[in-house]
Amino acid sequence: MSGQSVTLVEAVRLAALQEMRRDPTVWVLGEDVARGGLYGQYKDFLPEFGPERVVSTPISESVIMGAGLGAALVGTRPIIEMRIFDFVMCAMDELVNQIAKIRYMFGGQAKPSVVVRMPHGIWRNSAAQHSQMLEAWFVHLPGVIVVTPSTPADAAGLLVSAIRSDDPVLFFDPKNLFPLTGEVAQVIEPIPFGKARTVREGRDLTLVSWSAILPAVEQAAATLAAEGIAADVIDLRTLWPWDEAAVCASVEKTGRLLVVQEAVTAAGFGAEVVSTVIERLGPARVKAARRLGAPRIPVPFSPPLEDAVKVTPAKIVAAAKAVMAG
Amino acid sequence: MQSTHNVQRLLDLFGTMCRIRAFETAALNAHKEGVVPGPLHVSIGQEGVATGVCLNLATEDRITSNHRGHGHAIAKGAGVQGMMRELFGRDGGHCRGKGGSMHIADFSVGMLGANGVVSGGIPIAVGAAQGLKMMRSSAIAVCFFGDGAINRGPFLEGLNWAALYQLPVLFICEDNGVSAFTATDTVTAGPGVMARAEALGVPGVSVDGNDVMAVDEAAARLVAEVRAGKGPRLLHARTFRITGHTSTDAAAWRDPASVEEAKTRDPIDRLAVVLAERGIAAADLDAVRKAAREEMDAAVADAKAAPWPQEAIAYEDVQDVGAVAYSGVSA
Repeated sequence: MSGQSVTLVEAVRLAALQEMRRDPTVWVLGEDVARGGLYGQYKDFLPEFGPERVVSTPISESVIMGAGLGAALVGTRPIIEMRIFDFVMCAMDELVNQIAKIRYMFGGQAKPSVVVRMPHGIWRNSAAQHSQMLEAWFVHLPGVIVVTPSTPADAAGLLVSAIRSDDPVLFFDPKNLFPLTGEVAQVIEPIPFGKARTVREGRDLTLVSWSAILPAVEQAAATLAAEGIAADVIDLRTLWPWDEAAVCASVEKTGRLLVVQEAVTAAGFGAEVVSTVIERLGPARVKAARRLGAPRIPVPFSPPLEDAVKVTPAKIVAAAKAVMAG
Repeated sequence: MQSTHNVQRLLDLFGTMCRIRAFETAALNAHKEGVVPGPLHVSIGQEGVATGVCLNLATEDRITSNHRGHGHAIAKGAGVQGMMRELFGRDGGHCRGKGGSMHIADFSVGMLGANGVVSGGIPIAVGAAQGLKMMRSSAIAVCFFGDGAINRGPFLEGLNWAALYQLPVLFICEDNGVSAFTATDTVTAGPGVMARAEALGVPGVSVDGNDVMAVDEAAARLVAEVRAGKGPRLLHARTFRITGHTSTDAAAWRDPASVEEAKTRDPIDRLAVVLAERGIAAADLDAVRKAAREEMDAAVADAKAAPWPQEAIAYEDVQDVGAVAYSGVSA
């Protein structure tokens, strides 16, 4: 299949476009989506699909989320656009108490086939209410799938899977990576949930990460390689389900694990990865395991302050060396 | 009460109200007996609203309900055996024992679920209406909520949305005057639900919810308007919750006189008077009540005898991908 080099935001635009052309029950609702969406991820959808399938909504997150659910219950497949992740707080009842529970509470009568798109992460000095990475919260929530891609191809393929899924899928667009370019196939094939992508192979150390911090991890891995430390770099791509087997196989080989997350370290998904690896392999086969993430403070506004909470390639290199010494 | 209704219609309304009353009375007794676990919110005294609305709906019409939803489910046609088993947490319940009283649902008759969160059904009904409209269905969505719900955000968001997109949804504000343990008028500013709906562009009608004929007439007109594509409508039905908030709430804070006065406006007894005036023998009406009691007593007996769900069922219906496997927890 011949590919095309596109930005991540264009990749997810193409994925949603492909699925809306393929299936007339797929539609999108959210603020400003008829104008193409905040990032242009729905650019030109309105002329092609019309206002019934490209629904620009009031700033009413509760009903954006809940209406998506209601429409799914009568047989449509809504893409619920939250604009910026942080705004989902205004729709938590609809997401946590309704969407995530309805299939279970009703004994399987309902399949809430929705995709909830929540562009997350640090982005252009947007401060504490527009920069959060709370993806770990949702791994803790039974009933949903948690998707955290980092490349144009993965974002596109995983969005196709998300739209076709009967399970509710929480799709965390890595908004800081929207300009990132990469190859995307003309026909975007679905990528299964729960399969990690091996970014780079090495024997000394396993680096596990996901979402917007991946480019920093790759840079760090290149620096480490230049200093003679060869890292396996694994992009989990989805946090629930997640590819425990791939991570454990890698740590079995390297014996050393560093999980890198943009989110606050405390009680983040990195803790789950480290615990699982140690439980599955046993402490004797893990020489060192660490997490690197943000300190437990809100994301500040001022550029130097924001930089202070960011995970950078230099911090990753330093943490990796500490793991090697451990 | 006017009686422009034909006698058969009145008997249908009477029969449904009696079945709801009998179901909830039987469930309440079973709860007192200790065989129904968890909280139980009954709607004794409010049966006129569920009945008068739902008898104007087709099976393919969808309803969303609230925590006090037994009446809505029965009036919409849900099977009472599956409902009673669900209340008992037994095998064969509509929700496989995973919902209970607060989460009764029967999608096969368009009952999209009771809800444990006040106003939780509003966004869902609005979305169901949007989906139905998108698919060119003739079905409509009907949303039951209480007077307490008008003080939550989804009420504002949902009515605005429904009016904005001219959705086929009928909102039913079942106004029993109490928000859990607190009189709603003591916690509600302004003139209330009708004014709020009007301000959001949703035309409404206010009726005595304990006059099932008035509810029926108003619902028939509003359902027809909604089905004709005229946009959302609201029915405000004033009623009275004779029992407490839950099965364990004696509602002792209420003036007993108000409860006694409300009992004189009981929707079932009032319709019985009309039916008597229309020539139906008291014995025939008693037979309807008795048949309802027997049906629900049989449902209780069935539920009591039903087995508990297998433990593995707890692990089912979570999600297709990423579900955790049952590995014999108690084994």
